[in-house]
Amino acid sequence: MKPILVKGSEAIALGALEAGCRCYFGYPITPQNEIPELMARELPKRGGVFLQAESELAAVNMLLGAASTGVRAMTSSSSPGISLMAETFSYLAALELPAVVVNVSRGGPGLGGIEASQGDYFQATRGAGHGDYHFLVLSPASIQEAYELTAKAFELAEKYRQPAMILTDALLGQMKEPLRPRKLRLKKYPKDWALTGAKGRPGRTLRSLYLGPGELRARNELLQKKYRAMRREARAKVLYAEDAELAVTAFGSLSRIVKEAVEMAREKGYPVAFVRPVTLFPFPEKPFRELAARGVRFLVVELNCGQMVEDVRLSVCGRSEVELQAFPPSDLPAPEDIYRRIKRCLAAGK
Amino acid sequence: MKFEVILAGFGGQGILFAGNLLAQAGMEAGLHVTFLPVYGPEMRGGTCNCTVVLSDREIASPVVTRPSALLTMNRPSFEKFVPRLKHRGLAVVNRSLVPEALAEGFPDRKFLFIPADELAEEEGFPGLGNMAALGALVAVSRVVPPEKVLSGLKAILPPERAHLLEPNRRVFRRGYEFALKKASTASRR
Repeated sequence: MKPILVKGSEAIALGALEAGCRCYFGYPITPQNEIPELMARELPKRGGVFLQAESELAAVNMLLGAASTGVRAMTSSSSPGISLMAETFSYLAALELPAVVVNVSRGGPGLGGIEASQGDYFQATRGAGHGDYHFLVLSPASIQEAYELTAKAFELAEKYRQPAMILTDALLGQMKEPLRPRKLRLKKYPKDWALTGAKGRPGRTLRSLYLGPGELRARNELLQKKYRAMRREARAKVLYAEDAELAVTAFGSLSRIVKEAVEMAREKGYPVAFVRPVTLFPFPEKPFRELAARGVRFLVVELNCGQMVEDVRLSVCGRSEVELQAFPPSDLPAPEDIYRRIKRCLAAGK
Repeated sequence: MKFEVILAGFGGQGILFAGNLLAQAGMEAGLHVTFLPVYGPEMRGGTCNCTVVLSDREIASPVVTRPSALLTMNRPSFEKFVPRLKHRGLAVVNRSLVPEALAEGFPDRKFLFIPADELAEEEGFPGLGNMAALGALVAVSRVVPPEKVLSGLKAILPPERAHLLEPNRRVFRRGYEFALKKASTASRR
C-alpha cells in the first residue's frame, strides 16, 4: 500500500473513519482543527453526520445522544475545550456509553498557549468530571499509531461499554509522517443496551440517577469491576530492557525525543532502557514492577510539571528510585537535553 | 543516512510548502520522513520555520536542534539558525534578502547563496523563491532525486492551485541548475 503524508490530526480522523465512525460533533479550537476539517469533508460522503456545535458543551452532549443509540461517534478538542466537556464525561462514564473523545492537548492552565504539552495527563487518566470513574486512555507516538489506536479506541469502547480517549498533543497533531491507511479488522460487540426504538421489544433506559437504598453503591462496584477487567488491555513498548540499569520513560509524542536520547546513550555504551506506556489508563504497571524488581532505576520525562511520574512511583512502589525530568510547556526539549540527564542519572547511581 | 534540515523565512515565503514538498519527495523516494512545522500566531511577514528529517532508518525525534542543513530565506532566520548548523553543514541562503558577507563569521560551514527571488521573478512568479532555494538544496545535498520533487508537487499542491504546477517546476529547475553550475565553477577554481 502506498503511504500518504498526513498530520497526526488527520491520521486520527482517518482512523475514526476506518473504524466506522458515523457521527462527529465538535467546536473549533487550535491545534486540532484538522480533525473536524477532514470529518466535515468525509462524513457526509459516507452517509454520516458532521455537526459543528455552538459550544463544546453542546458538542459533547450531542455525542452522548448519538452514542446512546449505539452508533460509533466522536468529538475532539484541545485542553480548554476538553475542560468544558468534563461534566458530560462523568455522565458518559455513568451511562457506560462507548463514545470516543480526542484531546490534542496544548499548554495550560487556563487558556495557556498553543504549544505542545502533556499537562492533561491527570485530567485524562483520573476522569475530568465528578464521581469515581475512568476513561480508557490511549496515547499514540507516531502518525501510524494515531490512525491505528483511534480505530482501536472505538473497538475497546464497545468491548467494555466505556468511553475512550485519545490523548495526544500539538506536536503529534501538527507533524507529518507517512501513513499506510491499511484496513483494520475490528471486533463488533452486541449492543443490547442501545436506545434504538422499542418496536417489538421491551423498552430500555439509560440513567445515572440512583436513589434507591444500596443502588448507587452497587452501581459503583459494577463500574470498578469493569475498570479492573480493563487492566488486561494495558500496553507498553519496552526496548533494551536486558542489560539496563536505568529505564527512561515517556509517553506520546515526547517519547520520540526521549527515544532518540536513549539511542544516543546506547551508542555510547550506556545501559539504558526505554519504556513507553501506550495505554495511560489502565496504566501498564507490569514492566515497571519487573524492572524495579531487578534494581533498575527510572527517569520519567514529561512535557509538564510531573504527572505520569506518580503512576510510575505507584507501580514501582518504593522498590527502586524514580527521578523526574519535567519540561513545563514552552519550547520543545532537544534529545541532547535528555541525553545529558541520562548521563547524570547513571553517574549518580555508581 | 540521516539528513536533518530546518527551512526558515518570513511567513508567506512558502517555507512550510517547501518543507512539506521535500518530505513528500523523500517519502516517494522510499525514505523515512518527518515534517514538523513550527506553527502558531504566524502570518505573512512573521517568522516561520519547519524541520524535515529524511533517513534510511526509522526516525525517532522529529525535533532537531543541530541540523545538518539549512534553507534560509531571510536575514532573521539566517542569524537565528546558522549558529546551530552542524560543523561542515550546508546552508542554502536566499541572496536576494541576505548579504553574502554574513557568512564570513562561519568559516566551518558550507554556504550556497542563491538569488532565489530574482530567479523566480525571471520566470514570472516572484512568489516562488522557495522553489528556487529548494532546487538548490536538492542539487547540492542530493538527498532526494529531483524527479521525486517534481512528481511530489502534484500531491502537495491543492486542486485550486493546480495552475501553479508548471511554474513551481520551472522555478525549481532554475534553482537546481543554478546550484549545479555554481558547484562546478567552484570545483574548477
